[in-house]
Amino acid sequence: MRFGVIVFPGSNCDHDAYYAVGHNLAQPVQYVWHDEASLGNLDAVILPGGFAYGDYLRCGAIAKFSPVMNAVKKFAVEGGLVLGVCNGFQILVEAGLLPGALIRNRGLKFICREVTLRVETSNSPFTCAAERGRHLRMPIAHGEGCYYADDRALDELEAEDRIAFRYVDNPNGSLRDIAGVLNRERNVMGMMPHPERATEPLMGSSDGLAVFQSILRAGRAVAA
Amino acid sequence: MIDADLIVQHQLTPSEYEKIVAILGREPSYTELGIFSVMWSEHCSYKSSRLHLKKLPTRGKLVVQGPGENAGIVDIGSGYVIAFKIESHNHPSFIEPFQGAATGVGGILRDIFTMGARPIAVLDSLRFGRLDSPSTGARNRRILGGVVAGIAHYGNCFGVPTVGGECIFEPCYDGNPLVNVFALGVCRKEDVFYAKAAGVGNPVIYVGARTGRDGIHGASMASAEFTEESKQKRPSVQVGDPFLEKLLLEACLEAMQTGAIVGIQDMGAAGLTCSTCEMGSRGGVGIEIELDRVPQRETGMTPYEIMLSESQERMLLVAERGREDEVYRVFRKWGLEAVEIGAVTGDGKLRVTEHGATVAEIPNRELADEAPLYDRPHTAPPPRLHAARRVALPAEPSVQKSLPALLAAPDLCSKRWIWQQYDYQVRTNTIAGPERADAAIVRIKETGTSLAISLDGNGRYTYLSPREGARLAVAECCRNLSTVGALPVAATNCLNFGNPERPEIMAQLVEAIEGIAEACQFFDTPITGGNVSLYNETLGEGIYPTPVLGIVGLMPTVAPVAIAFRHAGRNVVLVGGLGGCDEVRFGSSQYVKEIARDLWGLPPALDMELEKRVQAAVREIAAAGLAESAHDVSDGGLAVALAECCLGTAGIGAQVDLDSDLRPEILAFHEGPSRILVSTSQPAAVAAIALAHGVPAPVVGVTIESKLEIRQRGITLGCWDLADLQAAHAGGTDYKSK
Repeated sequence: MRFGVIVFPGSNCDHDAYYAVGHNLAQPVQYVWHDEASLGNLDAVILPGGFAYGDYLRCGAIAKFSPVMNAVKKFAVEGGLVLGVCNGFQILVEAGLLPGALIRNRGLKFICREVTLRVETSNSPFTCAAERGRHLRMPIAHGEGCYYADDRALDELEAEDRIAFRYVDNPNGSLRDIAGVLNRERNVMGMMPHPERATEPLMGSSDGLAVFQSILRAGRAVAA
Repeated sequence: MIDADLIVQHQLTPSEYEKIVAILGREPSYTELGIFSVMWSEHCSYKSSRLHLKKLPTRGKLVVQGPGENAGIVDIGSGYVIAFKIESHNHPSFIEPFQGAATGVGGILRDIFTMGARPIAVLDSLRFGRLDSPSTGARNRRILGGVVAGIAHYGNCFGVPTVGGECIFEPCYDGNPLVNVFALGVCRKEDVFYAKAAGVGNPVIYVGARTGRDGIHGASMASAEFTEESKQKRPSVQVGDPFLEKLLLEACLEAMQTGAIVGIQDMGAAGLTCSTCEMGSRGGVGIEIELDRVPQRETGMTPYEIMLSESQERMLLVAERGREDEVYRVFRKWGLEAVEIGAVTGDGKLRVTEHGATVAEIPNRELADEAPLYDRPHTAPPPRLHAARRVALPAEPSVQKSLPALLAAPDLCSKRWIWQQYDYQVRTNTIAGPERADAAIVRIKETGTSLAISLDGNGRYTYLSPREGARLAVAECCRNLSTVGALPVAATNCLNFGNPERPEIMAQLVEAIEGIAEACQFFDTPITGGNVSLYNETLGEGIYPTPVLGIVGLMPTVAPVAIAFRHAGRNVVLVGGLGGCDEVRFGSSQYVKEIARDLWGLPPALDMELEKRVQAAVREIAAAGLAESAHDVSDGGLAVALAECCLGTAGIGAQVDLDSDLRPEILAFHEGPSRILVSTSQPAAVAAIALAHGVPAPVVGVTIESKLEIRQRGITLGCWDLADLQAAHAGGTDYKSK
């Protein structure tokens, strides 16, 4: 499977996503610069963590206007797999590819620590290699990761089985403990925790591999 | 017109002014006076400390670049080198905590990537006044909160993990917080860049943020004591933009790869002035710049203001003539301004023009390297506090009550609420982050090896004996590295002291430098660079002399030997033995600080020969995979160290019995060095290694479930549920409620 990692000027988890896919998942991976108008011949694209354009305004508010986001939208419409992690999730939400908003953490401070997630659905290309209810340990590192949406939107997410992950011990005040959500077509997922930071034992956990292996399994199923 | 008042305002002495006149062969212009004043400030010229800094060992077989560049360079093998340094941002952090600390991080990061190295780790050493002080507590809490948020803001956005550090509270830091930031980067050996101009006619290129009026005279501010007026100096503190710095990092590293860059230096203290004359001086060439071409954020700036501005996130580079476009192309890609502002000349002078008219013309070497050098009087012996005083330890010592109290004490409690605000994992190289092991560990993916890093300084020790305290700091850093299995290889230091014009302060500085020199020589950890911060005084009150050491060690990439016990039923070995301590040397301990609320005597006695053997033994124990956990005994002594081993998620405690006739509280809480707690399932193999190194290593107890019990020859001194110790340790962090 061919993976792409979008590089905004302020992305700082781009190398980590690249390493997780290229080294720990052993799949071909390439960087895609933020002013590219097309994604080329990719099967899955990752929007990594960081501070895309500094994020001095609302996180991701400027990134949604970048040329590459038009390409990402087109890619998503055509059924390509799009994973947004942390800042990538914030950008997907700002760009309207995912519902809701990510606001300041409940405690108003940046939090970096390991959390436990519960897999809420295995019916997605990002979670199909994990069974529902399974616990995954991986880190969070964000200041604005509190997931917010109105009740109707939240009910809809639940009714349509589009909540991918919930926090077991909610660190940031996210409504209904939501850590990751899917779009209606289930080919776009955003999550605040960092699966790429949990892809080998030396990182403290390998549980994040479940996300990448799911993508791989889903991609292979499509190819077959 | 330059008159006596103006000279005084520029913190130049009459004799310094005479020297300026002699160098120029005429009276300086106003702009030139400003340029000299910043370059010859204590901060930039080290005029009080340079004479003594020469005593530090700076050479070693792995040292590629020692002091004098933006950062030291050390060879780590496999074709890679590391660049690292520690720097202070004390004065700005007092005046404006958030931006002061943020730009402190920004400054040291630029020092690292200027050398061609990508920053991969930051640690910080912080000192504040006490948070529970009725008179100054509120201000100290505000400073602490601001500093931590500032470090988080800058490092998190830039994308460098903040992997460790220390944070200590003493009344002496009330009006003088210390913010020392260590940064380390890595690059291929052939990719190292130096801050040296060369090639007459080559273009001098300005990159990054535009120049504004911020930070003018920041370097001079850092070279004076604080007075009531200091708070009016907020405009001297710069504002940081970590996103811009991130762009600068990527663009610089990419531009360096073009091969078109000859030399590069960041604009830090003294901004454009320092970068131009230092690059010229190092290369033995002149530099000519035209101020009209300098990108400016404000209108109507004078040459004086442009030359002295400390606007952040700016770099100066010299490129090969004819290949400028290769450089411009890279900076354009990253959306950065890069402008040719001048050229390298052959006359050795810094020439500054505005609208074509010369406004300053100064020989580079004299300006950059021939600043006044002072052998300040340091005849007064450093004060020894009540060395012979009759000690007043509490009559009925209670180890049972004291241990939880110490675990909750400001210096010893968990700093989780601080480091959880730092992204300590970005770049996925953090093998051991904050509070996990005795040293922070980051791996180098490119070489398959890892680095261990430790920062340490103990103001109480150095106050009581600057020489012994400094030696202890070096020993402690090396011990921390050895405890995780790393071989210490090189060091950097940040010397935080009071006013050097006072002989007793100067004596502290000299003694401390000599102590560092002795210990770094002995432990084979040459100093590759660092920083001196003097005038840390407010209204005549000096800080404790506080040298902070940062030492780096090399190790294989393996699962870390962490602090916490992992399994019940293991032997607990005290490598180095119980040690001894008398009441005089007990006076510097955390026990005396927190329980007796006092300070006296001397720091713990250090036997460097024993220390070296203990470290060698524990490295061998770690390398052989015999240590399930390891933790050195330091602040708070053996009881606190044991408790810290019990605070892991596994819920494993210990039962120990100490064979000693020391008074119970001294036995439990003395801070004698050269001791490391190891839990092991193979005590015989551990004993054999200790024996081979001539190191005592008694088995003091066994690990058990959920309790810690400490006995002295069968009599219980204390027994605690781990949940209670955990609560004390974690509860001390709630600084807002204090």
